[in-house]
Amino acid sequence: MASAPPLTQSESIETTTLVVPGMHCASCMGKVERALGALPGVQSARVNLTARQVNVAHDAALGVPDLVGALVAIGFPSQPRVEDLAPPPSAVKPLLAPLAVAGFACMNVMLLSVSIWSGAEGSTRDLFHLLSAAIGIPAILYAGRVFFASAWGALKHGRTNMDVPISIGVILATGLSLYETLNHGAEAWFDGTLMLLLFLLAGRVLDAMMRDRARAGVDALLRQAAPGAMVVAKGAIDWVPARDLLPGMVMRVASGERLAADGEIVSGASRFDRSLLTGESAAVPVAQGDAVHAGMLNMDAPVDVRVTAAGSDTTLAEIARTMEAAGQHRSAYVRIADRASRLYAPAVHTLAALTFVGWMVAGAGAYESLKIAIAVLIITCPCALGLAVPVAQVVAAGALMRRGIMVKDGSAMERMARIDRALLDKTGTLTLGRPTPDPQALDALPAQAAQVALALASHSRHPLSRALVEALGARGVTAAELTQVEEVAGQGVHALWHGGPVALRRPDGATAGTNGSMASALDIEGMPVRLILFADRLRPDANQALGWMRAMGVEPSILSGDAMGAVAEVARATHMTAQGHASPSDKLEAIQRLQGAGHHVLMAGDGLNDGPALAAAHASIAPGTASDVGRQAADFVFLSDSLLAIPRAMATSRATMRVVRQNFVLAIGYNVLAVPMAMAGLVTPLIAAVAMSTSSLIVIGNSLRLAMAAREPKA
Amino acid sequence: MTGLAFLIPVALLMGLTGLAAFFWSLRNGQFEDLDGAAARILIDDEELPVETKGERG
Repeated sequence: MASAPPLTQSESIETTTLVVPGMHCASCMGKVERALGALPGVQSARVNLTARQVNVAHDAALGVPDLVGALVAIGFPSQPRVEDLAPPPSAVKPLLAPLAVAGFACMNVMLLSVSIWSGAEGSTRDLFHLLSAAIGIPAILYAGRVFFASAWGALKHGRTNMDVPISIGVILATGLSLYETLNHGAEAWFDGTLMLLLFLLAGRVLDAMMRDRARAGVDALLRQAAPGAMVVAKGAIDWVPARDLLPGMVMRVASGERLAADGEIVSGASRFDRSLLTGESAAVPVAQGDAVHAGMLNMDAPVDVRVTAAGSDTTLAEIARTMEAAGQHRSAYVRIADRASRLYAPAVHTLAALTFVGWMVAGAGAYESLKIAIAVLIITCPCALGLAVPVAQVVAAGALMRRGIMVKDGSAMERMARIDRALLDKTGTLTLGRPTPDPQALDALPAQAAQVALALASHSRHPLSRALVEALGARGVTAAELTQVEEVAGQGVHALWHGGPVALRRPDGATAGTNGSMASALDIEGMPVRLILFADRLRPDANQALGWMRAMGVEPSILSGDAMGAVAEVARATHMTAQGHASPSDKLEAIQRLQGAGHHVLMAGDGLNDGPALAAAHASIAPGTASDVGRQAADFVFLSDSLLAIPRAMATSRATMRVVRQNFVLAIGYNVLAVPMAMAGLVTPLIAAVAMSTSSLIVIGNSLRLAMAAREPKA
Repeated sequence: MTGLAFLIPVALLMGLTGLAAFFWSLRNGQFEDLDGAAARILIDDEELPVETKGERG
């Protein structure tokens, strides 16, 4: 394919976008770009780290599977981007140009204003005012569009928002300044108006940046999970995306794959992990004729499954409907900035109107009274108030993101800050949700046996083998040299080591793990057969995390769909009360009961069965390994194995809301000082400019303290 | 005062040049991937030639 004639080459170039959720640093970018660039037929590969994507220009002859394969070889799973899940347009980009224009105009007008404040008079002052108007008015019209459009939209529907007082203030101030300029007046307010727009736009950009960034991360995870299945038809096997699956199709499900639709086993026998659906930790054996559901993970041998329901008929879709109903109460939440603006706008307009009436009554002329009333509007414009919430949330979300916790939007932190009760799912949330080998069994392995086990396991995609590779790799074991490696699906891996047969296989009936636990047998010639037990273990530092939660006054308890015995074991180890055997609607009920008792409830869960509960709780958090339903419904997604992410998100949210409240006090405190001066007619453009920038800088400085907010408490 | 007649246009021109440069970079896609741009500087130079081979081709 590399020898394609140059003439046709330009016609056969295709562009493919791959989503690579695992990229997070410079060396990942370098590896991905080099691995793709090294393929024959690839013209260029360019990573977009923000969107966790790579754009590849390549010959049409080079297929997408080759590209995906090249990335898998260096340890980066990827998926071609699904077109209908293309990332939503960035919220930041349309704001950057107005921000730049406001910044440019603000600086230049301020330069002219400084000369006026230093005593420029007569024709020089008039010239400077005219220049300010020439720069300022187009800039205000351009940069102010963001606010005018939003205010107009609100007014058309008979509502009001923060942008209404801003727009009125900006328009009146500009009109007054223009009038003054044309009539050789002493004061024009172009500098203050532009500064106001600059600070407000900066706040908006920060807010949008946070939403964009969080969404990019979550989108990458969601797109990765775009499910599908290998469908057997007329002897050929094709990959079919989940939405195109129809009842009657036969899916071939390899071990380690998740089912994309409900169905019935037509051939083969295996064990399925249903933890995403029901929370059960033990794998259930299935054989021909058994019903299986979308979301279940094949743990053993490949099976063929006939699709019985797809799309809106599946168990999954049923859960989605419950979630929609459960989530309505949350969308009714009003963000703190909006609550503030509801009080703010009427207060400001009343003050300005009172000032106008007051000065009229006191005998000042209509023109003089109007001038002072407008000064009140300008000085009260919510400069620092507009920055108070977004700056604090952006800084805190950045601190959390560095710790591997993604925040979906700002309101999530506001809701999280008020949590006083936490319900945790067991399988996949308190525990890792995947089998890990018994550390004692690994300790007991002789060094050579461990090397053979690692080498054997690395040849299999079986979930137990992969867990073994990870655990042994973490212990620094290196793989032994094997020959004639052969994997028999459902049986194990066989090979030769120093001429003798070795095997990592399913245990014989007699030695198989009891009560549902899983095991592998390591068989090396000349050594006794060793059994390695696998179980789903508690996350590291689970107890430390629960202790931190209790220290914050949040009482955690377990809400699991697993059998009572398994739940009780974990409850004992973590000293929590527990409710087991809960169906999705039981979980929903438990949350509503607590909410009815006046608690603010956090739900932490990962499975499909947690979906309705995640949507109904005041705030929710899911691990990055969760089902796509879980990740979609949760406000926070944490990527680390550590459970400390949950209390960390809580503590950071609380710190953020403390800072937001301080910011409000600072911003309103400034108004308390400045408004009486403005109403007395004492405020000049110079005072307004100094007051506005000082209060904004104080608010920004106060918010920057949150950069350290995601640290653990000092012990 | 004659200084002003000279200095003010110069100041404005410099400001406008900066603004134009910003608009150019915005259109040129330089704000598409801010995280990537920040990380890209850390990629070692000697590793790069493979990746850029086709960009001008």
